[in-house]
Amino acid sequence: MNETLKRTPLYELHLKLGARMVPFGGWEMPVQYSSVIEEHGAVRQAAGLFDVSHMGEFEVRGPQALDLIQLVSTNDASKLAVGRVQYALMCYENGTVVDDILVYRLDDHRYWLVVNAGNTAKDWEWINTARERAGLHNLEIIDRSQEIALLALQGPLAEEILQPLAPGVVLSQMAPFSLSKNVTVTGVPTLVISRTGYTGEDGFEIYVKAEEAAALWEALLDAGEEKGLLPCGLGARDTLRFEARLPLYGHEISEQHNPLEAGLGFAVKLKKDVEFIGREALVKVKEQGLTRKLVGLEMIDRGIPRQGYPVAVGGEVVGEVTTGSFSPTLGKNIALAYVPVAHSAVGAEVEVIIRGKPLKARVVETPFYRSPHKR
Amino acid sequence: MANVPADLRYSKEHEWIRVEGSIGVVGITWFAQDQLGDVVFVEMPEVGRELKQGEQFGVVESVKTVSDLYSPASGKVIEVNTKLESAPELINQDPYGEGWILKIEVADPSELENLLDAAAYEAFTKEG
Repeated sequence: MNETLKRTPLYELHLKLGARMVPFGGWEMPVQYSSVIEEHGAVRQAAGLFDVSHMGEFEVRGPQALDLIQLVSTNDASKLAVGRVQYALMCYENGTVVDDILVYRLDDHRYWLVVNAGNTAKDWEWINTARERAGLHNLEIIDRSQEIALLALQGPLAEEILQPLAPGVVLSQMAPFSLSKNVTVTGVPTLVISRTGYTGEDGFEIYVKAEEAAALWEALLDAGEEKGLLPCGLGARDTLRFEARLPLYGHEISEQHNPLEAGLGFAVKLKKDVEFIGREALVKVKEQGLTRKLVGLEMIDRGIPRQGYPVAVGGEVVGEVTTGSFSPTLGKNIALAYVPVAHSAVGAEVEVIIRGKPLKARVVETPFYRSPHKR
Repeated sequence: MANVPADLRYSKEHEWIRVEGSIGVVGITWFAQDQLGDVVFVEMPEVGRELKQGEQFGVVESVKTVSDLYSPASGKVIEVNTKLESAPELINQDPYGEGWILKIEVADPSELENLLDAAAYEAFTKEG
């Protein structure tokens, strides 16, 4: 394995659990412990614990913190209350995507931006450049990615497993996209717990100092074992987020795609009172109408669509698969793909070209899976 | 060692072949299925197709990976394991038994000399 890959504070514990480690976004991460399908099922039916410490955390604080966030974020952070979390995108001037992020409002003038591991350096540069150009001096940006570890406890039993370990907080009163600071979990002081996740299930993301991460990981696994909690790798994380239609940078969103065609318009506030980067381009996209759209496909013929496979109509290539897989929950072969708007209606038939063969697929509703448990 | 049965021959692409008379039964090894993880799809050739040793004849896919299959010997495909269409997980559960992939009429038994025996294959998988 490449020596330049970074390791999370839980690296040794992953090896002890028999994880298969793979390179991902510059990190050496567990892709699976036992089986992707088994881990996927644990999260849908009980709970799973993920090490997602590779994610980057930037702290933005000071009187002009909000001004900077408003400049780089497509969403409206002025509507974000203290103690809440907001999904947003950062866009280039041309409206395509720098990254998708979570914005945490920790205090009046203190925010966290949680960014994708593989984009951490690019995002840092982007945000700092935006700050300089705008002349926003009355704030500080701190890259806390190295000092912060992140565990995601996901699944319908997440609250039941976590609550007894965290007597200082009433989890049932934590709404989705809310956060609690400085909660002690089984004696470990955490920085932030938020009711967020990337699996399509209820769950929590727990930010903790790197040196406390191992103790927290082991305590959670111990506490959840009898309830069916499994350690889960990036393999299951990907199939879980995919079934829930949550985008992954480099697949559904990238510098080739704008958030409107990706179906992320809910996080793009063109009318907010700050001219955010990319706004002008996105207004034009909206005025002119979309040319292509991200849709869900279900295979009719036998075959598994994969990222990059062409999508065709009547033998002519019109689009491309962004993510495709066997869906462990549905037992079907499904994909997310960009297709021209004319072929994007539910029920439309297209072909996915798999190893040179056009195989029939149908446009279906997304998300492919909606949790019956999710709050 | 159970994971590398002594009576089989192996390719460096991790297929095995068991020759019974003129018939060769072909599958993928325990090591291969372990590396792949949960197998969710197998694409097999048409019965009657003539394969050359080393020729790609299909794919096996896990949740995350697509992996090509190569014929360990030349010959005509006389049967494919249609059970794998609805139960590809047989490859994980029993790679040397219920998880077999196809049967061929072995055209040239001397070709088997090009393959690895169990000891050589086991050593090969440990080279990493």
